[in-house]
Amino acid sequence: MFPFVLRRLGLMLLTAFVLTFAVFCLTNLQPNLEKLARSEGSVRMSDDAIASWIVNNGHGGPMLKRYGEWLGVVPGWVRTDDKGVTRGRCIVDGSDPAQAATYCGILQGNWGYSTFAKVPVTTVLGRSLGHTGWLMLAVMVVMVPTALLLGVLSGMREGTRLDRILSTLAIVTTATPEYVSGVIFVALFASATVGISPHLHDWGWITEKTLFQGTATSAMDDITWRNFTLPVMTIALYGIGYIARMTRASMTEVMTQQYIRTARLKGVSFRQVVMKHALRNALIAPFTVIMLQFPWLLNGVVIVETLFNYKGFGWTLVQAAGNNDINLLLACSVVAVFVVLVTQLISDVGYVFLNPRIRLA
Amino acid sequence: MSDKITDWDPSTPILQIDNLSISFFTRMREIPAVMDFSCTVRAGEAMGLVGESGCGKSTVALAVMRDLGKNGRITGGRILFKGRDLTTMSDEELRHIRGSEIAMIYQEPMASLNPAMKIGAQLAEVPMIHEGMGRDAAWKLARQIVADVRLPDPDRILGSYPHQLSGGQQQRIVIAMALMSKPALLILDEPTTALDVTVEAGIVDLVKDLGEKYGTSMLFISHNLGLVMDVCDRICVMYSGEAVETGNVTEVFDKMRHPYTQALFRSIPLPGADKNSRPLISIPGNFPLPHERPPGCNFGPRCDYFEKGRCDAADIPMSAVPDSDRHGSRCLKWAEIDWTAPPAARVAKVKTPIGKVVLKMDDLKKYYSVSSGAFGGGSKKVVKANETLSFEAHEGETLAIVGESGCGKSTFAKVLMGLETATSGSIMLFDENVQSTPIQKRNTDTVSRVQMVFQNPFDTLNPSMNVGRQIIRALEIFKFGNSDQDRHNRMLELLDLVKLPRAFAERMPRQLSGGQKQRVGIARAFAGGAKVVVADEPVSALDVSVQAAVTDLLMDIQRENKTTLLFISHDLSIVRYLSDRVLVMYLGHVVETGTTDQVFAPPYHPYTEALLSAVPIADTHITRKRIVLEGDIPSALNPPPGCPFQTRCRWKSQVPGGLCDREMPPMRDIGGGHQIKCHLSAEILEKMEPVIKIAAE
Repeated sequence: MFPFVLRRLGLMLLTAFVLTFAVFCLTNLQPNLEKLARSEGSVRMSDDAIASWIVNNGHGGPMLKRYGEWLGVVPGWVRTDDKGVTRGRCIVDGSDPAQAATYCGILQGNWGYSTFAKVPVTTVLGRSLGHTGWLMLAVMVVMVPTALLLGVLSGMREGTRLDRILSTLAIVTTATPEYVSGVIFVALFASATVGISPHLHDWGWITEKTLFQGTATSAMDDITWRNFTLPVMTIALYGIGYIARMTRASMTEVMTQQYIRTARLKGVSFRQVVMKHALRNALIAPFTVIMLQFPWLLNGVVIVETLFNYKGFGWTLVQAAGNNDINLLLACSVVAVFVVLVTQLISDVGYVFLNPRIRLA
Repeated sequence: MSDKITDWDPSTPILQIDNLSISFFTRMREIPAVMDFSCTVRAGEAMGLVGESGCGKSTVALAVMRDLGKNGRITGGRILFKGRDLTTMSDEELRHIRGSEIAMIYQEPMASLNPAMKIGAQLAEVPMIHEGMGRDAAWKLARQIVADVRLPDPDRILGSYPHQLSGGQQQRIVIAMALMSKPALLILDEPTTALDVTVEAGIVDLVKDLGEKYGTSMLFISHNLGLVMDVCDRICVMYSGEAVETGNVTEVFDKMRHPYTQALFRSIPLPGADKNSRPLISIPGNFPLPHERPPGCNFGPRCDYFEKGRCDAADIPMSAVPDSDRHGSRCLKWAEIDWTAPPAARVAKVKTPIGKVVLKMDDLKKYYSVSSGAFGGGSKKVVKANETLSFEAHEGETLAIVGESGCGKSTFAKVLMGLETATSGSIMLFDENVQSTPIQKRNTDTVSRVQMVFQNPFDTLNPSMNVGRQIIRALEIFKFGNSDQDRHNRMLELLDLVKLPRAFAERMPRQLSGGQKQRVGIARAFAGGAKVVVADEPVSALDVSVQAAVTDLLMDIQRENKTTLLFISHDLSIVRYLSDRVLVMYLGHVVETGTTDQVFAPPYHPYTEALLSAVPIADTHITRKRIVLEGDIPSALNPPPGCPFQTRCRWKSQVPGGLCDREMPPMRDIGGGHQIKCHLSAEILEKMEPVIKIAAE
């Protein structure tokens, strides 16, 4: 098992390099840098000034060298300008250039400075990941048990009315993208003029104007039912349908297996057949799907966080991309790559424990 | 708290099925699967249910369990178990009976055990449900029963998962599971079909012993008449949803009173049958589909004694044969037929002359290397799939290669075909060395002259191509003919050759029956005028009556084309029937070779002896010495030192000085080209008794 994990980690590292390099190249394309020069320097800079700004700020030279600097395996750039001021990648403004480190990439913990937030990238990223972490946790807690329950219930007796109803439900929810369901939810539950909130208010069931809040900004400080339900439900709903479909497919297949007949003809009650004999076998396939949901959740939060104005990872990513914040964008992609690869590793290792027949090779 | 039925008089039948009818309901129509089926099983009795696939025998078993699925329904009759009608029981009552009073053993042991549950938990569950036994007591009982089914190291087995056991061990676990609550009735649905013959013999012995020990009644479902004779007291022959004949085993086997039973016996290769002088007689025609059954007698259209206007007039009831032990037949004419008359259709055929050597293997070896670690990596191990394989095959000869799964017979076929290349040694095919030429590099001529007929006709035809196209495709690959017209004509000739109507060229594989598909497979193999054909278990997936027809076809084509047939099989009955020479393989080694008569008569190699004694023979005049091999075939990854067979050999003590443990025996000639790889001295070999004795009639 240990060599396997080690091998996978090595492979992950390689994947991470390739992916970050691709993102690095894309974000450091010439037009992008020119845009950066205009926003950082002056909008009215001449083309020559832009070119020299790019070189002077360490964005010139070969792409591979710059990637190495960002990574921290190539010495950071140092440049002394006409006024005799020495600036460099590793030199904090106003400090002694002689004392600065030679290497200062992400390997040394230097993720750079966010041009948009005007603070170091690590600060922005730490804060936003914290927010998204809570959101994802809430989504997982709601989504996984609900989806598995729905999937198992509809899969255990294929073709019954219960199965049909639950399946239709699952298909409808998966077919609705977050930006549609989010808007519908806001209109339905978080509007003082339409939806159910005015009625509930009239009947005196709720004291506030709306049942839930249409914005989750306040949830960054204090999570409550009112401000967190809608974003969580919007993300979870799509996943519920998807995982439920997977679980159902797996469950119906397991229920037709011969060992289920064996169990039934041993005199095991239907309830026990499902709980003891079918469930574990049926969960093997959805487990991988659930693990795949994590990276997908990162995706989903982009829309939902923007919609509900919740300053988490997705919101930050959108802002970084919109404002040409190269360092922040790169950091976001590192996080994304990391999440994807780690969940895949967990999914593969977990699969071995769930399925005694599988030996990873 | 036990679920057992107590108010039952043991002198009445334990299971009584009266006029049972079962139908499956599809959207289009009702499909009757079983009609007017009656049978009685008394306490301690073993009832055999025999018939070809699709005759409804498994449906009857599942009906007794009341587990017919969503579309199946019992439409008439009743099933009395210990005097209580199972057809009217509620689910809750049924649940108490299932597993505790009636238990079932299934065809595929691997599929019927839960892959994600430990063996112990699966076994202990039974008494915990039915007798309210505690967990510890249940595990203790499980341990005891596992020892009862003669599995070594019960503690280890209880803690393992099903995939960690061999097929034979898995089946023993399924049997143990059925016995956990000491049921009164055991239903066995083809319990040994998926197992090797020597393993099968062990399972059959076990079932018989346990039946006696616990006094369990049995309903034994099988297509193998020999097996039924071994295990059962009574037999019920089914055809197309009906019981056609029932009675005690000896009466039905010796004095059959239904034409189908007679035809069935004539189509199986019993000792004495011979491909030239006494060929098998296949049953003409096809099994009727459930919704296309003929009026009157279902067997009518295929019956030699059919009388128009009488046999197809009305449904035929079961009638009792007088002066017999509850013997009955569903035939109107049973009293008029002369049952002792020899079959009319038997035509003796000319023996093909054996020609020059076309294939010569010399000291062929094929090794595979595999990694042993669970997560990959680990040390590399070598699997010796074939070791020192040497033999010759002549033109027009049938050479049978016999052995159980894992003995290397399929690897040998792969090397010969060029799907694998040999590790060392040589293969001379005609005048060419092909041992290290993979099939991609062989020229068209060589490829078309060596062809293969595969085991499973259901998987080897392309489902989206019609029959004619598949054969023409082979002709194109073999570069046959100059135009499409040429190839089309040749394709039609090939259909004639395999005795399929020419109209079949337009059919899709799914529209054919198993036997017809295998004929297409044979036509494809012979498309390029193959001189050497490797037939890898060509008939084992087919029903008995079809088997005879397909084997006869192969023999006829061989006679015409002087083909060399390498017949790979585990079925010794069919091997004795059709082969000229036999090669017995065990763990990659050839342990015995000689003409069919030499191999099937003493002196034997100890493995051949065990193999012969393990094959059930459906003939009451034959007595067979029972030699049950202990244990499983050793893994080819870790073969025993010395003689490969020494771990299971019953003659080992006769060899002085522990020679078997240390040295690989040499291949030696014991007269007339009969070769044996064994350390036993000539005197001991001389004294060996025949395994099969035919009693004087």
